[in-house]
Amino acid sequence: MTKRAELLPGTLDMLILRTLERGPLHGYGIALSIRRISEDVLTVEEGSLYPALQRSLLEGWVKAEWGKTETNRRARFYTLTPEGHRQLGVEMSEFEQMIAAIGRVLAGSQAG
Amino acid sequence: MRAIGRLVRRMGLLVQRGRFRSELEEEMRFHREEMEREIEAGGVNGAEARRAARRRFGNETRVRERSQEVVGFQFETVAQDLRFAVRQLRRNKGFTVTAVVTLALGICASVAIFAIVDAALIRPLPYREPSRLVSLYEAISVGPQFHISWPDYLDWKRMNKSFDALDIYATRSYMEKTPQGVQMVDGVDVSDGLFKTLGVTPALGRDFRTGEDLASAPRTVILSYGAWQKRYGGRKDVLGQTVTLNGELNTIIGVLPREFHFVPAEPAEFWATIHDTRSERGSHNFLGVARMKKGVGLEQAAADMKTVTAQLERQYPDTNRGRGSTVLSLTEVIRGDVRPVLVMLLCGAALLLLIACVNVVSLLLTRAENRRREIAVRGALGASRVRLMRQFVTEGLLLVATGSVVGATLAAVALRAAEDLVPADMLARMPYLAGMRMSGHVLLFTAGIVVLAGIVFGIAPVLRMPESVSNESLNDGGRTAAGTGWKRFGSKLVVVELATAVVLLVSAGLLGKSFYRLLHVETGMRAEHLATAMISLPRAQYAKDDQIQLLTKNLLERVERLPGVASAGIVSDLPVGSGDGMTAVQVVGNPELHKNDEIVARFASPGYFSALGARLREGRYFTEEDEMTKLPVVVINQTMARWYFASGQAIGQQIKAWDKPPARVIGVIDDIREGPLELEVRPAFYLPSSAGPDPGFGLVVRTELEEELLPALSAAIHELDPGIAVYAESTMSGKIHDSPSATIHRGSAWLVGGFAATALLLGVVGLYGVIAYSVSQRTREIGVRMALGAGRGRVMKMVMREAGWLTVMGIAAGLACSVVAATMMRGLLFGVSAWDGSTLIAVAVVLGGAALAASAIPARRAASVDPMEALRAE
Repeated sequence: MTKRAELLPGTLDMLILRTLERGPLHGYGIALSIRRISEDVLTVEEGSLYPALQRSLLEGWVKAEWGKTETNRRARFYTLTPEGHRQLGVEMSEFEQMIAAIGRVLAGSQAG
Repeated sequence: MRAIGRLVRRMGLLVQRGRFRSELEEEMRFHREEMEREIEAGGVNGAEARRAARRRFGNETRVRERSQEVVGFQFETVAQDLRFAVRQLRRNKGFTVTAVVTLALGICASVAIFAIVDAALIRPLPYREPSRLVSLYEAISVGPQFHISWPDYLDWKRMNKSFDALDIYATRSYMEKTPQGVQMVDGVDVSDGLFKTLGVTPALGRDFRTGEDLASAPRTVILSYGAWQKRYGGRKDVLGQTVTLNGELNTIIGVLPREFHFVPAEPAEFWATIHDTRSERGSHNFLGVARMKKGVGLEQAAADMKTVTAQLERQYPDTNRGRGSTVLSLTEVIRGDVRPVLVMLLCGAALLLLIACVNVVSLLLTRAENRRREIAVRGALGASRVRLMRQFVTEGLLLVATGSVVGATLAAVALRAAEDLVPADMLARMPYLAGMRMSGHVLLFTAGIVVLAGIVFGIAPVLRMPESVSNESLNDGGRTAAGTGWKRFGSKLVVVELATAVVLLVSAGLLGKSFYRLLHVETGMRAEHLATAMISLPRAQYAKDDQIQLLTKNLLERVERLPGVASAGIVSDLPVGSGDGMTAVQVVGNPELHKNDEIVARFASPGYFSALGARLREGRYFTEEDEMTKLPVVVINQTMARWYFASGQAIGQQIKAWDKPPARVIGVIDDIREGPLELEVRPAFYLPSSAGPDPGFGLVVRTELEEELLPALSAAIHELDPGIAVYAESTMSGKIHDSPSATIHRGSAWLVGGFAATALLLGVVGLYGVIAYSVSQRTREIGVRMALGAGRGRVMKMVMREAGWLTVMGIAAGLACSVVAATMMRGLLFGVSAWDGSTLIAVAVVLGGAALAASAIPARRAASVDPMEALRAE
């Protein structure tokens, strides 16, 4: 398996949930939103997006229903569930802790 | 909670699989189209945009697969693996066929033997609550299993506190009058409650009523299911019909269920009530069966019976002194005899299955090694390690599944065929064998071994999967190390195979030798060119001794006039029979000597010994004069002479049996096998037949014709009196060959021999595989060695040494295990010790030779390696 380093491992679920916090979106919308907000730094591979969405559906973090886009096309919209909200909180705090820890290590090694 | 929610959602997706797929498809199509639009909006034209979108989207199938993997139970990928496995196996037909045939053989043997075990040992006996049934005997000084007398039965029934019911039976031969003449049929006389005690209800008609075993009751008979089918074509109107048995009219009142059998009394076609065989306390004719009360155990019942018999001893010291009782579980009585043989056969089959599995696993592993490059390539292309492993497991399981289906089918066919192959008289003695089939138990057992084999096959390749799938595996450099790893593991397996083959070969050798010894046991007669038959005279016409004697005289004269007949004689019971017909004797002048030991008693005509080809040691045989003068004389066998008299002192001594006048010993003969071949010879004495004429006796005829004579013999006797029954006609060699012990020995020797031959083949093929693989892996090394000056002979020796080492280890381990195995099956051996050196050596030589031949092929190939070519090829 080749892995590109665009996304920190284990963060995709969190990014999806965070994106959906702002309102229901379809898969393409989620990918687009992540790319735009990160100013093209983070690219969600479609090959990872859909499996991740299915996983979130199974875990009950998101719900999916079919609707119409602005251009009047049928698409599946994903909505964050309360459970997904809680999960997002957990993942974000874990992530922040990790970033802080990495930061401390980097700062420490520089000082030493 | 969450796990449950997840499961529910997953199940939902599972049932709506199709919808899930089409929705995912639509969602992804939407995604791609949106992407195209975005790219187009950036100024790229339509076709170009589509291509770019597709490129960015990546492998659509892969995306779909991974999404499905997340939600599914991995059915999809399993199906994929399966398809791939089928393709793999089909591409490699030789490997697949070898593996499937090997597994199928192993599974077929195990399943078929288990079906016999199931029929004989596992399936409950055809009685109500069989565990509460016991078999009852009187115990006397000679042994624990002797007959019960009628008055004792009545007292036991009245006095015991442990049984709900107690009944007795006695096996009989009835003379049946039919329009074709007189036939002997097997039957049983029972007390009225026997079937109620067993908990058996007739399939048709009624059971005996209480009181139907009284002498005054009208005679009734119940048919076995087999007799009903054979004699009456299974017609319902058989009830109320009559049948003439021993000259008495019997009314048929019932038919026993098809699955009913009662081994201690089989074979039996007619079940009648006891009418005329009942007798006084000193006359022992019956065996007992009883149903223990709920909660009563064997020991408790035995203790209770001890109290009962002790009281009878006090009450009737004349007849009952020293007569105790024996209580055995009926199940044990019925199954105890065959259990050791069947357990041994099952072990043999299990070993064969083991060797088959080991063989196929090692084939599979060799292949896994050869496919390292393929694995590496697939790994590099993105297959995960788990997925690759699963591929191997799937292939293994597919082999097991195919092998099992083929093996189980073969077993089913074999069982169907066995129904016809089991000899009728064997089936009569072991009626439960009719129940051999793919029953629920057998299917369960099959499923069990398939699962077990599946686990082995699933685990083995995983254990041997290359640890890391790295680039190194892609080039050949990685091969050497892996080759060594496999060799170490594979050679361990081949040692196991060879050792197992040794165990089976030794067992087969010992059983074969036992069988040979049994057939060639010293019988004390010249068994070849000897025709025999049993004769039964109708009791009504031959009630007086004179009548019997006149008839036997005429009969012998008539028979001796037949063409091809040299001489003939009669005897109360033929040799190589049950060995029953025993009594205690007293030596005149030394009455205490072996006073309580029952020994074999026979009545023989003057011509009997010479017709039989017996060997006289001392003295003389009977003569016509002895018959005329009625001076009491007796011929004894050597064992009796040894037991009772000092060496060379037997002639002229007097012995006393029953209430007859003392008889003078006139001759000592070599021991004749009166009982089963495998039993020790007991002391025996032979009185002139005039001393105890009996309407039932055996006939022996010395003749050049043997088998062809049998019909003429029967015809000649019927000329004298068509009312005489002639039955069990056979040659003496046939009698020896088909005796129950010979049949069992022959059967087990053949089966285990078959297992052993297969095991030998598999083991040797396994060794060949390992050595051939090793040679193919070492081609370069061999090339280098030869380039550096190693001669062909030296290379060959190197390969042979490797094979020789494995063979020696396998044989050594196998011989050690064999001695243990043989010790465990000691009870099944006859005339051979578990440490039979010649068998062990023969097996070592056979296996060693076969292994040598098998490894010589790859060794020659190694020696013929062209060094230049080998080096260039790398």
